[in-house]
Amino acid sequence: MPAALAAALQVGLLVALLAAVHVPFGDYMARVFTTSRHLRVERVVYRLGSIDAEADQRWPVYARSLLAFSFVSILVLYALLRVQGHLPLSLGRSGVPADGAWNTAVSFVTNTNWQWYAGESTMGHLVPMVGLTVQSFVSAAVGLAVAVALVRGFARDRTDRIGSFWVDLVRGTLRVLLPISLVAAVVLLVGGVVQNLAVPHEITTLSGSTQTMVGGPVASQEAIKNLGTNGGGFFAANAAHPFENPDGWTNLFQVFLMLVIPFSLPRTFGQMVGDRRQGVAILAAMGAIWAGAVAVATWAETRGLGTVPQAAGGAMEGKEVRFGPAASALFGVSTTVTSTGANNASYDSFTGLGGGATLFGMMLGEVAPGGVGAGLYGMLVLAVLTVFLAGLMVGRTPEYLGKKIGRREVTLVALTVLTMPALVLVGAAITAGSPALTDASVSDPSVQGSSAHGLSEILYAYTSTANNNGSAFAAFGADTVYQNTALGVAMLLGRFVPMVLVLALAGSLAAQPPQPASRGTLPTHGPVFVGLLVFVTVVVAGLTFFPALALGPVAEALR
Amino acid sequence: MLSFARQSAAALRLLVVLTVVLGVAYPLVVLGLGRLMPDRADGSMLKVDGTVVGSVLIGQAFSGDEWFLPRPSAAGAGYDPRASGATNLGPNSPVLLSTVEQRIQEVAEREGVDPSQVPPDAVTASGSGLDPHISPAYAALQVPRVANARGLDEATVRNLAVEATTGRELGFLGEPRVNVLRLNASLVNLG
Repeated sequence: MPAALAAALQVGLLVALLAAVHVPFGDYMARVFTTSRHLRVERVVYRLGSIDAEADQRWPVYARSLLAFSFVSILVLYALLRVQGHLPLSLGRSGVPADGAWNTAVSFVTNTNWQWYAGESTMGHLVPMVGLTVQSFVSAAVGLAVAVALVRGFARDRTDRIGSFWVDLVRGTLRVLLPISLVAAVVLLVGGVVQNLAVPHEITTLSGSTQTMVGGPVASQEAIKNLGTNGGGFFAANAAHPFENPDGWTNLFQVFLMLVIPFSLPRTFGQMVGDRRQGVAILAAMGAIWAGAVAVATWAETRGLGTVPQAAGGAMEGKEVRFGPAASALFGVSTTVTSTGANNASYDSFTGLGGGATLFGMMLGEVAPGGVGAGLYGMLVLAVLTVFLAGLMVGRTPEYLGKKIGRREVTLVALTVLTMPALVLVGAAITAGSPALTDASVSDPSVQGSSAHGLSEILYAYTSTANNNGSAFAAFGADTVYQNTALGVAMLLGRFVPMVLVLALAGSLAAQPPQPASRGTLPTHGPVFVGLLVFVTVVVAGLTFFPALALGPVAEALR
Repeated sequence: MLSFARQSAAALRLLVVLTVVLGVAYPLVVLGLGRLMPDRADGSMLKVDGTVVGSVLIGQAFSGDEWFLPRPSAAGAGYDPRASGATNLGPNSPVLLSTVEQRIQEVAEREGVDPSQVPPDAVTASGSGLDPHISPAYAALQVPRVANARGLDEATVRNLAVEATTGRELGFLGEPRVNVLRLNASLVNLG
């Protein structure tokens, strides 16, 4: 079979699987977050946590609960990392230094999973289980909770209540993430992903030398790493490592896992607001951007532009033979337009255009389809912005789903949209403008420090962290006290500032009376609106980042 | 502030409960299920004459004309599972370019072929540094040398290479590949 046809069928199978699953799964999630019935196990959890599961919260209380839970999560994970050396199953690994522990604690709690460290040489087995895997679940559930709260804002009228954070968190974890992860972990086990508590041990190789074999509870982490759009790999090589991703089909399965919740949530949204067409419109906009990015990156990687790929006869540097350029590009795009940030290849060695596609996917704000929950609320914020802009252009009343888009709503939306670019551009500019920092931030400054690629590496690091993605142009020297601290701040603000603004928006929308649609109302379910939404998404990011992109990946691709 | 403290206390209790479920019970259940397929859960180890010689998933360093050689590796000193990773050098890196050009010459010379016949995977390092595979083209390129060094028929060695080849799953997932450790082990098994 020709490689191009195989690549197309691979994408086709993925789309078919997602198309089959998103309706029943989206409906299931809508039921999970609207039913008043608690499962027995949930009642036990609420009792143990002394949580009042019946209390419907106002938005400031919802936000405070969310921030308190995340704050406690950071403290606990930080402590676990610091005292690792004294814990069982630590394989003799010592505690993590303060700056690194801060970075990693923030990283996993914010669903970023940026990793300055190499898993196989820094972590034992216990901290990945009771620390990193736990946060991989609950950080995704927190994102889901905010999305659901915003949807309630649209669905409810004349109330100051947007749901219970605790109930949303527990249900998202126990009814959505845990059961699917368990099944996915078994599927990955069958595919050859390891799950053991082995201590690193030497074996004699076939030709008589020695090799140190490693192991760990990998399959359990791998499942939620993708499903929760976390991306924190057990090993440094992440999903390029054969113990994490041994086969062509495990690779496609992992891409499916990272896309399934984000692409099903528009259906959940449509159900909850009582108009499925609205969900279809959001899904269409997300799908169009994803498909476009996949096409560009696949073309760039299989074509192999750049001096090195041209000399080698193909863009195979940093890629595994079992995946090749097409499956690496599919994974690379899917991991960056969601907030996963896992990698099955070195994106730093991608061609200029292919690497640029992964970078641009993040710069869109990770809304196509975005991270678990974060993608939906990000896209809904852009939908509100689109309605507002369209209203300005044609003189129509800005309304979305029967809610007036007034001054307060637009202010909140604008602040949400501007937070990430501010963090990216200020953070990257400080590093790029400080010789002391750039020398430390590229592994080989004499080669790349002053080049367009060096700038791409810095830009990528701040884009990845402020968007809570976690992937990297990995030659960037992340393990310095400054970068660990600054990138930690970027992750923290990039996650929680938009979340609080979105919850405020939810509160403001829920309080409104329903607005009957008039002849002046822009329909938000047709192809015109989808086109406008895609346009706004791309243009907002494009205008914000064009100067920086021109100096980095664009300059590189045009060489 | 008082309310934030109260919320934090609830958060801590909930986090402890969830840690037991997600951080202890869940990985242990998967660990238990892994015991139903211990070969895979323990890393798909390959045995020759009853002795473990490595994992079919993890590449190994080989040197010498009697072996099929793997791809260049950036994991530690080469194929070191304690340090998985890539070079992360960019698509226009002058350092990488000269390395690749040098490797093309070396491979062409070693296999006695024209530099244009050297496939890309032979001269580039993988993402993990532990890639257990080479392309069928690179395996085919090495057949004459290995057969010659072992005093074997080229057809015999070519057959072994074909046996160690996996096509795309379902015909279109991933890329065709040859498992280097399996192939070299089948050479050893010939005696």
